[in-house]
Amino acid sequence: MSELNSALEHPTYNYKVVRQFAIMTVVWGIVGMLVGVLIAAQLAWPALNFDLPWLHFGRLRPLHTNAVIFAFGGCALFCTSYYIVQRTCQARLISDKLAAVTFWGWQLVILGAAVSLPLGLTSGKEYAELEWPIDILIAVVWVLYAIVFFGTIMKRKTEHIYVANWFLGAFIIAVAVLHIINSLAIPVAMTKSYSIYAGTIDAMVQWWYGHNAVGFFLTAGFLGMMYYFVPKQAERPVYSYRLSIVHFWSLVAVYIWAGPHHLHYTALPDWAQSLGMVMSVILLAPSWGGMINGMMTLSGAWHKLRTDPILRFLVVSLSFYGMSTFEGPMMSIKTVNALSHYTDWTIGHVHSGALGWVAMISIGCIYHLIPILFGRERMYSTDLINVHFWMSTIGTVLYIASMWVNGIMQGLMWRAYNQDGTLTYSFVESVAASYPGYLVRVIGGGIFFAGMLVMAYNVYMTTRKDVAPQPAPAAASAA
Amino acid sequence: MASFWSLWIIILTSITFVAMVWVLFANRKREQQPTDKTTGHEYDGIQEYDNPLPAWWFYMFVITIVWGAAYLVIYPGMGNFPGILGWTQIEQHDREVAAADEKFRAMRDRYMALPVEEIAGDPAVRKMGMRMFSNNCAQCHGADAKGSYGFPNLTDGDWIFGGTPDAIKASITQGRQAAMPAWGTVIGDQGVEEVTAYVMSINGREADEAKVAAGEKHYQTYCAACHAADATGNPALGSPNLKNGIWLYGGNIEQVAHSIRAGRNGVMPAHENLLSEDKIHILTAYVYGLNQ
Repeated sequence: MSELNSALEHPTYNYKVVRQFAIMTVVWGIVGMLVGVLIAAQLAWPALNFDLPWLHFGRLRPLHTNAVIFAFGGCALFCTSYYIVQRTCQARLISDKLAAVTFWGWQLVILGAAVSLPLGLTSGKEYAELEWPIDILIAVVWVLYAIVFFGTIMKRKTEHIYVANWFLGAFIIAVAVLHIINSLAIPVAMTKSYSIYAGTIDAMVQWWYGHNAVGFFLTAGFLGMMYYFVPKQAERPVYSYRLSIVHFWSLVAVYIWAGPHHLHYTALPDWAQSLGMVMSVILLAPSWGGMINGMMTLSGAWHKLRTDPILRFLVVSLSFYGMSTFEGPMMSIKTVNALSHYTDWTIGHVHSGALGWVAMISIGCIYHLIPILFGRERMYSTDLINVHFWMSTIGTVLYIASMWVNGIMQGLMWRAYNQDGTLTYSFVESVAASYPGYLVRVIGGGIFFAGMLVMAYNVYMTTRKDVAPQPAPAAASAA
Repeated sequence: MASFWSLWIIILTSITFVAMVWVLFANRKREQQPTDKTTGHEYDGIQEYDNPLPAWWFYMFVITIVWGAAYLVIYPGMGNFPGILGWTQIEQHDREVAAADEKFRAMRDRYMALPVEEIAGDPAVRKMGMRMFSNNCAQCHGADAKGSYGFPNLTDGDWIFGGTPDAIKASITQGRQAAMPAWGTVIGDQGVEEVTAYVMSINGREADEAKVAAGEKHYQTYCAACHAADATGNPALGSPNLKNGIWLYGGNIEQVAHSIRAGRNGVMPAHENLLSEDKIHILTAYVYGLNQ
């Protein structure tokens, strides 16, 4: 593989912006997950909001979701997409200046979120809480991002466009459309606006956006990552080109329909609920197409898992991806949803995707990239990557298992009724019964967060010029 | 929905289904053997095999598409087409409520036929009432029904709107609005201080005698109409007794002065659209029974 690489003529790539986004991925990962651990702890020990309004759960929860999705996940996507598009198109980004504007613009968006959300400024739309001035900034940065990305594709030196870029391109286009349409609002002040949609339509637009934030931001974008880094790290060809065609087109065509499953048994008309559910169930196969293509790419290279913790991150993230994309269609079935909706099961489902898939694949990719970007042979410590891998895996499992138990228990408690027709449990009893699960979640989330600190140390030591990498384990050095 | 939009939905849905099937079958390889030939493309050293779609995955996809199409025939989904079952979520809700009504009717009729006083001590009624109370009332009145700041204690025998079964039932069914006007602008700061002193004095608390005398004059002019000349209140208006030591909004000088100056608005929400008549009957018996 390395011979092939050196045989090609490289233009010099813009690694600066990739490097900047890579470092900020680690930084925002730590910040976002720290806030997550804090609010998880608040659910176990409510006194931890210290009676301060800007530390209240209701304000920090959107800060947590925005920080991990758009700051951590967003930086990881910018970082890897700028890297992938250059490497697979054999072309430098069309403009270093525009790329720099997207970096600083995106950091400004994150800073705006970090200030405005604790102050209680919110549009009240889940995963789209930021107020209109920040929304406009996002739209501008995003359009520039699209120009840099597609501009680079257009001047590619390769004949075809690599599959990773299909997914990244779909992600960039869809997120622009989703963000702009859902955020349309009438401003009444610098810090306050009202959605242009009303009632059920507002709810439907919101969840059309909300579910496709999952579908295109957290799935299509990260599948793009997967399609580059898995074959690269495994040093194996991608399993099936035709599978990537089928699952790409079916994934983007079907995901966009799935939003109404967030509004089952509500004022949303029956027909919309049905279509949302049907498309969500059909989405199982397109989603699994990506998992299969990633997993099967390893055939013939499975032994590398023994020695390469980066590859382990990538493969386990695909397993979590497969698991949560099975769970999602199942939860979208009305009968299941009647039990699972509004319970902690949803939180568990989201985190099997967010921790298990999104975070773990990002972490794996960043470990792959940091030595390349900083001109090192490998990460400072392979052992610490391994430690981080186990912390992430154990943390994720504790988190999602506790939320499964809590969610199913809550759903069953809420619907239990007595011989006389009265409800068996009051709501507060289900809250009290959830307490052990909340404790386990704090522990799981805490372990995952601590793993990010291990990563930060490892990254820092790798970037230092005066520190040589620790000797790699004998078998790993071959990988 | 207008037939244009109905058609729009049907066409878009159909196109999506047809496109999915086409993409799936068009890319199916006849030869099912794994291959080690690549497509010939190469990107930054990454090559691609051209393996066939895994058979189990292919059939799983086909099955979900067929299932989806069948679902849209049976259930609503294709625009205005209601589905061959004619199912709606409202109809399902009504059906389940009717089934529950049917199931519990005998018991309900038995309790509805008896007056509140008679069933208030029945252990089965108390159990049911307690469960309904904890799901519908405890959020404000507390799990032990002892209330909290701004929410009346239901166990102390003191009733702002009356404690007869009929009065309790009316409170639950229609709710209550307890409005104490703000007197600050009418009687001024000094007036508020004087009336507060008077209210303190009738509760046996220390107060400046001159202020008490002035306050009593204000009281008889402005307050007695609702709280009665002897300050024992008037359940018909929801104006509390001011001399039994029970304070909904706190009984220290600042709190009483604030109530007089700024007024208070107590709201008990109506439950007639939330709970059926028989449930309210049982709940009334439970609340009534808390004081027996």
